[in-house]
Amino acid sequence: MRPISQEAIEEACYEIMKKAAVDIPEDYLAGIKRSAEREKEALSGFVIKTMVKNYETATAERRPMCADTGLPRYFIKVGDDARFEGGFTGMERSIRSATARATQDVPMRPNRVHPLWRTDYNNNVGINAPEVEWSFEPDAGWIDITTVHKGGLFGTDYRMLFPGDGLGGIRRFLLDTLIAFGKRGLACQPAIIGIGIGGSKDTCMQLGKQAACLRIVGDRNPDPKIAELELELMEASNSIGMGPMGFVGSSMAVDLHIEVGFTHTGGMPVSVHTFCLSSRRATARIHADGHIEYRTDPKWFTPYYRREGIAWEGARLDQERQHA
Amino acid sequence: MLEKIDIDLPASPESLAKLEPGSIVYLNGVVYTAREGVYDRVLNRKENLPVPIHEVTNANFHCSPAASSNADGSYRIGAVTATASFRFSKYMGDWLDATKTRVVIGKGGMPAEDYKNILAPRGAVYLTTVGYGTGALLGQGVRKVLSVHWLEELGIAQAMWMFEVCGFGPFLVDSDLEGNSLFAEQGKLVNRNIEQAYKGLRKPALLRYGETDDRKDELI
Repeated sequence: MRPISQEAIEEACYEIMKKAAVDIPEDYLAGIKRSAEREKEALSGFVIKTMVKNYETATAERRPMCADTGLPRYFIKVGDDARFEGGFTGMERSIRSATARATQDVPMRPNRVHPLWRTDYNNNVGINAPEVEWSFEPDAGWIDITTVHKGGLFGTDYRMLFPGDGLGGIRRFLLDTLIAFGKRGLACQPAIIGIGIGGSKDTCMQLGKQAACLRIVGDRNPDPKIAELELELMEASNSIGMGPMGFVGSSMAVDLHIEVGFTHTGGMPVSVHTFCLSSRRATARIHADGHIEYRTDPKWFTPYYRREGIAWEGARLDQERQHA
Repeated sequence: MLEKIDIDLPASPESLAKLEPGSIVYLNGVVYTAREGVYDRVLNRKENLPVPIHEVTNANFHCSPAASSNADGSYRIGAVTATASFRFSKYMGDWLDATKTRVVIGKGGMPAEDYKNILAPRGAVYLTTVGYGTGALLGQGVRKVLSVHWLEELGIAQAMWMFEVCGFGPFLVDSDLEGNSLFAEQGKLVNRNIEQAYKGLRKPALLRYGETDDRKDELI
């Protein structure tokens, strides 16, 4: 079979940029409609209903749902058996080109500027931008490309906690973050909340970000105890008494996802992320024969990605102990 | 609360007097965008305004549109949303004086004392966007780009755009002419429950500066 062409890769990147900016993912839409039904406060209810109307208008008129089209970035999963033209750096070139074209054509807001000189090339491309994160998948011949358009100013925090701080410490830090950024609605809640626990500092941030942006509403962590913690912390988030725009209400989280990574024995680093009211993500799968399928579920956290399938000494014992 | 009101721009003092915190507002006429880039040019660098704004409108939108320019020199506006206003609070007094702006539109409002001390005494109200991502709804309300200024110098996001708008909204009134603030009122109500949410949760083992403002304090 011929390798996947560079044109197919660029087309996929361009199309997901357009889809992400305009069409709200169906899982999030269903989730926010449930929030609207549950919300008892008039003002908060009005805000959520207006948002639903906004998503419908965006799709009908092919306009971006939010003018802050965030910082477009990419998550790529390459199957071990995938063959494609241009190599990995070719794929990154396609991504940059598709980003610049979509910025002009959608149009998207050229948010990316130099951090010090504020230089803006009006195309969302620059030094270290857009970010591309790579992962791999065994027994697959496809390439999955996901784009996420996430605002970047409010709603994220990191803290080094310690084992003695316990689950209560995590809960407290979550509340601190949600209240700090939830006031006046700076976090653009209700949001999909992502919590990263463990890893090293950067891994902790990355896991939390990916938990917020790359898992769909309704998805639960495969570890039953973590799944339970997700539901418990979601309930805690919605019990603060705060809704959209920081108004009185009970709609802070549409869902809450936790990802973990093995960490330093002395520490328990935690990061909190909020994927806003305009939770924009879109995925393309380029099959080995070159045809492209689009979807809104990134399917990023595969068993392989969580390294569940990679054996190490004691892995079996560890799992048995945890589930005993 | 939740009463819908249409306002023609430039807004008259009488039409603004009808607004109260929580009223839902739709605008007709012309709005202009200005944020820190424009404020800096006019207020700090003393450059002249590119157009006599007060002759056209008195509504300042804290906004960066998702826009691009066409080959024929016209512009396409996709979505329009506001950016957080609290950062521009320090410019407001001089800006309202310089432009006779009476309607400030943005995201998330400004500190309540700024309404009492700066906006209300000048007869100005503050409207907040809803949500805040209603980009498509607001984009739909923009009928035409009348002009754009300082585009090359400031870029698309910071340039000063003049939009002709119709049925532009919804917005919620945050501050009325008396300087009452919806965000402040709601914040007080939310605060009543906060202690309850933290019940039984201990302070973490290691504190951070910010949790104490005395840098001589130990954090453990």
